[in-house]
Amino acid sequence: MAILARPWIWSFIGAALVWLATVAFTGGHGGGGMITAALSLAVFMVIVGVGQMFVITLGPGNVDLSLPANIGLASAVAMTVMDGQDSLIALGLAAALACGAAIGAANYFLIWALRIPPIIATLSASFIIQSIDISFGRGLQIKPPPGFAAFTNLQVLGVPVLAILTVLFTVGAGVALNRMIYGRSVLAIGQNIRAAWLAGVKVGRVRFLTYTLCGMLGGLNGALLAGYFRGASVDLGNEYLLASIAVVVIGGTSVAGGKANVPGVWGASLFLVLLLTMLNTFGVSAGVRLLLTGLIIVGVITAAGGQTPASR
Amino acid sequence: MTTASAETGRRAPASAMTPRARMLRALLPALSLALVLIAIAWLNPRAISYFGFSLMLNLAIPIALATIAQMFVIAGNELDLSIGTFVGFVGCVTATWLREAPLFGAAVLAASIGVYALLGALIHLRNLPSIVVTLGMSFVWQGLAILILPKPGGQAPAWLLGLMGFKPPLMPFPIIAAIVIALVVHVGLMRTSYGAILRGSGGNPAALGRAGWSLLRTKVTLFALAGLFGVLSGLSLIGITTSGDANIGNGYTLLSIAGVILGGGEFMGGIVSPVGAVIGALTLALAASPLLTFMHIPPDWQVAANGAILIIVLAARVLISRKGS
Repeated sequence: MAILARPWIWSFIGAALVWLATVAFTGGHGGGGMITAALSLAVFMVIVGVGQMFVITLGPGNVDLSLPANIGLASAVAMTVMDGQDSLIALGLAAALACGAAIGAANYFLIWALRIPPIIATLSASFIIQSIDISFGRGLQIKPPPGFAAFTNLQVLGVPVLAILTVLFTVGAGVALNRMIYGRSVLAIGQNIRAAWLAGVKVGRVRFLTYTLCGMLGGLNGALLAGYFRGASVDLGNEYLLASIAVVVIGGTSVAGGKANVPGVWGASLFLVLLLTMLNTFGVSAGVRLLLTGLIIVGVITAAGGQTPASR
Repeated sequence: MTTASAETGRRAPASAMTPRARMLRALLPALSLALVLIAIAWLNPRAISYFGFSLMLNLAIPIALATIAQMFVIAGNELDLSIGTFVGFVGCVTATWLREAPLFGAAVLAASIGVYALLGALIHLRNLPSIVVTLGMSFVWQGLAILILPKPGGQAPAWLLGLMGFKPPLMPFPIIAAIVIALVVHVGLMRTSYGAILRGSGGNPAALGRAGWSLLRTKVTLFALAGLFGVLSGLSLIGITTSGDANIGNGYTLLSIAGVILGGGEFMGGIVSPVGAVIGALTLALAASPLLTFMHIPPDWQVAANGAILIIVLAARVLISRKGS
C-alpha cells in the first residue's frame, strides 16, 4: 500500500469521490462528458499551478500574486499579435510567453534589488500590470484566430488535446524538479536558503529563473484561456489567484517550501473543477456553492494534516 | 518553526541596526504619511481642512481596523487571506440582522469571533498552513454573506449611523478614531506583559513554549483579536456606507497586509507596530484615491500609482535598514 503513503493520491481520491457523487446524482448520465469538461478546465489551473508550485517551493513567503494580472495582460498581448490570423498563432504565443517572462523578471527585480517581500512585491507589480492592461486593452477588438480557438477546444476520443499536452508538460516539470540541477536547487533553497548558498547553489539565478518561469506559464495560460473562451479580457485571470495557490497546497506541496509535488497539482485541479461541477449539478445557489467550496478546502487540508514541526 | 532563520541571511535584524537607523525606520511610516499629506496640501490646499479630512479619511477607519486585525495574525507568523470577505460578511449581518433583530445579530457576530478563535486552535493543533485555511474561509465568509444578502441592500442600524456620523469639534472624527485605535492597541500589545507574550509567540515560539506558556492560547487569542477587529471594521464600514454588499470588503485582504508591512511590520518574527499599522492604513487610504484624484492621474493608471507608492515606500524602508546594519 505504498501508494497510499504518497500525499498526492488523496487529491485524486477526492476528485474521484466528487465525480462518483455527481454521477450518482444524475443517475449515471453525463459522467464521461463531465470528465472531458473537467480536464479542459483543469488544464488552466495546472499550468499556473505548476508555476506557483515552483515559486512556493522556494521557501516561506515566496508566492506570485501577479498571476491574474499577468494572465489578463498576456491574453490581450497574444490576441493583438495574432490579429485574428491563423498564420500568426506561433508569434502570438511567443509574445504571450515573452510578456509573462518580462513580468516574472520584473517581479524578481523588485524582490532582489529592492528587497521587498515577494507577497507585497508581486501584489504591487500586479497593480501596475493591471493598469497597463486596462490602458492597452481599451478599444481593442480581441478575438482569437479561428484556428487557435479550434485548437484549444480540440478533443481526441473525448480527451482534450490541451490536456494531453499538459500531461506531457507536467511530466517534464516533474523531471525538472526531481532529476535536474535546477529543480534540486529550488528544493534546496526552500529547505534552507543559507545552507543551499553555502553548498554552492546559485541562489539568485535559481530564484530569478523560477519567478521568470512562473511568469511565462502565466503568460501561456493567458493566451490559451483567450483561445478557449474566445476572447481576452482584463479579468480573465481573476479566479486563478486563489486557485493557483489552492491547487498547489491541496496537492501536497509544503507552503513552508522545500517540498513540491507535481502529480498533486493535477489531482487538486481536477478535484476543484469537479467540485464546482458537482455543486452546479446539484443546482445550489452561488452562496451555498462558495460556502461548501470553502468548507471542503478547509476540511481537506485538515484531514490531510500539516507538516510536522521538525520538517519545517 | 525555524522558518525565520532563512530570512536572517538577507535582512539585518533590528538589534544589529544603529540607533539612528532604527529611529529612521520607525519614523518611516509617519514620514510616508507626511509626504502624502504634503503632496495633497500642495495640489489642493483646500483639502487640508476639517471638512476635507472628514471626507478624505472617511473610509480610513474600517481600513485601519482591518489592518489591525491582520496585524494580530501576522504577529503570530500567520497570514489571514479571509479578512476582506469576513468584513463583507460582518457588513451583511450588520445591515440586516443587527438592525432587525439586534440580539440575534449580536450573537451571530460574537459567534463569528468564536469561529476565528477556533481557526487559531485548528491551525495550531493540526499545524496547518494558515494561508490555506484562511483561503478556504474566505470562500465560506463570502458564501455566507451572499446567503444573508443576495443583492446589495439592507440598512445600517440607526445607532451605528449616528456613531459614524459623529462630528466632534476641532478635529475630524476619523482622525480621533485612528488615534484612539492606535493607542488602545499599542498599550494592549506593546505595553502589557501578555502583549509581549503574544508577540513572543511569533518571535520565538519554541522558547515561549519551554517557558511554560501555552502556544495554543496565544494563537487562539491572536485569532480572536483578529476576529474582534474584523467585526469592528465591518460595523464601521456599514456605518459609513449605510447599506451592505457581500463584496464590499473584498479589497481589504490585500490592503490590510500592505498596511501592516507599510507600518513597519514583518511577516516573520512577531515584529509588528500597531501605531505603524494605523499610519500605514491611513497612508493607503489617502494615497488610494484623494491624492491620485488631485494629481489628475487618469482612472486607468490609479491602480498602478497605488502599486508604485507601495514599492517606493518599501524600497525606502529597506535602504534605511541596510544602511544602518
